[in-house]
Amino acid sequence: MSGDIATRTAFGEALVRLGETNQRIVALDGDVAGSVMTADFGKAHPDRYFQCGIAEANMIGVASGLAMSGHIPFVASFACFITGRFDQIRMSVGYNRSNVRVVGTHVGVGIGSDGHSQMGLEDIALMRTIPNMAVIQPATGIETQGAVDYLVDHVGPAYLRLTRQKLPELFGDDYHFEFGKGRVLREGTEIALVATGATVTEALQAADLLEGQGVSTAVVNIHTIHPIDGDLLADIAGRTRRIVTIEDHSVNGGLGGAVCEALAERHPAPVLRLGIHGFGESGDPAELYERFGISARQIAIQAASFLESAAEVALIAEGSV
Amino acid sequence: MPATLTQTNDVEELADIARRIRVLSLLMTSRVKPEPAGHPSTAMSSADIIAALHFSRLRWDPANAGWEDRDRFVLSKGHGVPVLYAAYAIAGAIPEDEIYTLRETGSRLQGHPDPTRLPFVEAATGSLGQGISIAIGLALGAKADGANWRTYCMLGDGETEEGQVWEAAMFAPKYDTDNLCAIVDNNRIQQTGSVEHILPTLNPIIPKWEAFGWHMIEVDGHDIQAVLDALDEAAATKGKPTVIVAHTIKGKGVPEMENSEHWHGKAPSPEQADEWIKEYLS
Repeated sequence: MSGDIATRTAFGEALVRLGETNQRIVALDGDVAGSVMTADFGKAHPDRYFQCGIAEANMIGVASGLAMSGHIPFVASFACFITGRFDQIRMSVGYNRSNVRVVGTHVGVGIGSDGHSQMGLEDIALMRTIPNMAVIQPATGIETQGAVDYLVDHVGPAYLRLTRQKLPELFGDDYHFEFGKGRVLREGTEIALVATGATVTEALQAADLLEGQGVSTAVVNIHTIHPIDGDLLADIAGRTRRIVTIEDHSVNGGLGGAVCEALAERHPAPVLRLGIHGFGESGDPAELYERFGISARQIAIQAASFLESAAEVALIAEGSV
Repeated sequence: MPATLTQTNDVEELADIARRIRVLSLLMTSRVKPEPAGHPSTAMSSADIIAALHFSRLRWDPANAGWEDRDRFVLSKGHGVPVLYAAYAIAGAIPEDEIYTLRETGSRLQGHPDPTRLPFVEAATGSLGQGISIAIGLALGAKADGANWRTYCMLGDGETEEGQVWEAAMFAPKYDTDNLCAIVDNNRIQQTGSVEHILPTLNPIIPKWEAFGWHMIEVDGHDIQAVLDALDEAAATKGKPTVIVAHTIKGKGVPEMENSEHWHGKAPSPEQADEWIKEYLS
């Protein structure tokens, strides 16, 4: 196990490493390289690094043109700023089938003190409406390295969602990133906590709290949100019958939305969606996770309450009450 | 140069190709079902420039859209795409009859360019302001590879009201993209009126491009020799990208359409189109 690392940092390290051997990789920056961790790539490979200034719309189009001429562009900025140029991503990247890797960092309330204007809270919802856009959110440094390795060869556009804050490592060096596949991190029979990115760690801790109360709890890591692993979700819903989704993103349209869509069509089950309601705000990341209901403690409390209400609904449906 | 494309320096021959481009633009847009649709007037303002490029200076292969060493042409003003479909039909890149599938369900000739269906168009455009950035990316890609193909990009003057165009204008000279030539089809009319009326301070447009560091050439966009000379000057210019500001007349070739705000984004009926073709373009 490695130490705590922000997934944006793991991305920056992976990019430098991959750039050594793959001359087709290029990076574009909108004057935030120190924050999105592409500065080291720029130093190592100045001829393959394009500083575009604070002009994201143009930067996205330039990345698309570079992809059309056979390069592998990683275009990184804060998630809210880059996916805010949705029309450019929709047209210049998505519709053009350009092999652009859009990288959005500083996602969710987990960025802390900067407050709402800098928090990527709608990016998953936006990106997964683009038909060919892969949406990936790794949960740890090692998973990030695996995702970036994978993205070099991925055919089509992709969006990579990364944290500002450090996250504990959950995987070993033998970790293998499998695009499109969710992973059961912990088996359980009564409820499944389905999480992505930073909330995977919270979900694992919540599962400990729930187990302490005698609730057998599964935890699923969804790193690929689009296309989502419907097979795994249908299977886990069949086994646990209760699903809780947890994400540091708007409660609407993100992981929770994707999970509900998949289950409604394949294996309907009660789903509790935990995510950000309303606008974000400044604060300490841990306090904000508590305040917005996505900390381990809040997940456990809401999951337990959901189990009770779901049990009631089931009893009513059976005519027992 | 691929054998399948006949290039010429004969201005009269190019003028006749431009005339045929106008004819086909009127024919294809007037025959769209269930009602005439598309932008023939903007295709007609750019017809002489497209003739000069696609039949004289642009290196491309009507038999092989994917030819690696081809010059790239990005139509940033994607709504003007009938002008390209007409040029492709004349060059034999697509069957001439195919123009009548414009905007039909399942057609390669989408209402705005789609390279997945028709690779000759190079880039999907139609959300204004985006093609110029893609063109810069292509030019940077060629430079990084030491390739000698050039990138051309045509914008509408109304399109340059988009902020992204000026992000792009600011950016391209930084990387000495002398393999890039932007062409502004300066026809002075947009959907709801004249450019002068919509945004009076867009003009003067020329000093804006120059201030960002572009080599600027101003031409009459209907003077084919002047357009050819401008394209040659752009190709010979080192160290900076070139913008050709081509003064044009919207709807050029049909007096009823010329400079008419009424004919932006509107196609004539088949009868009207046939009458105009007979009267002005035969």
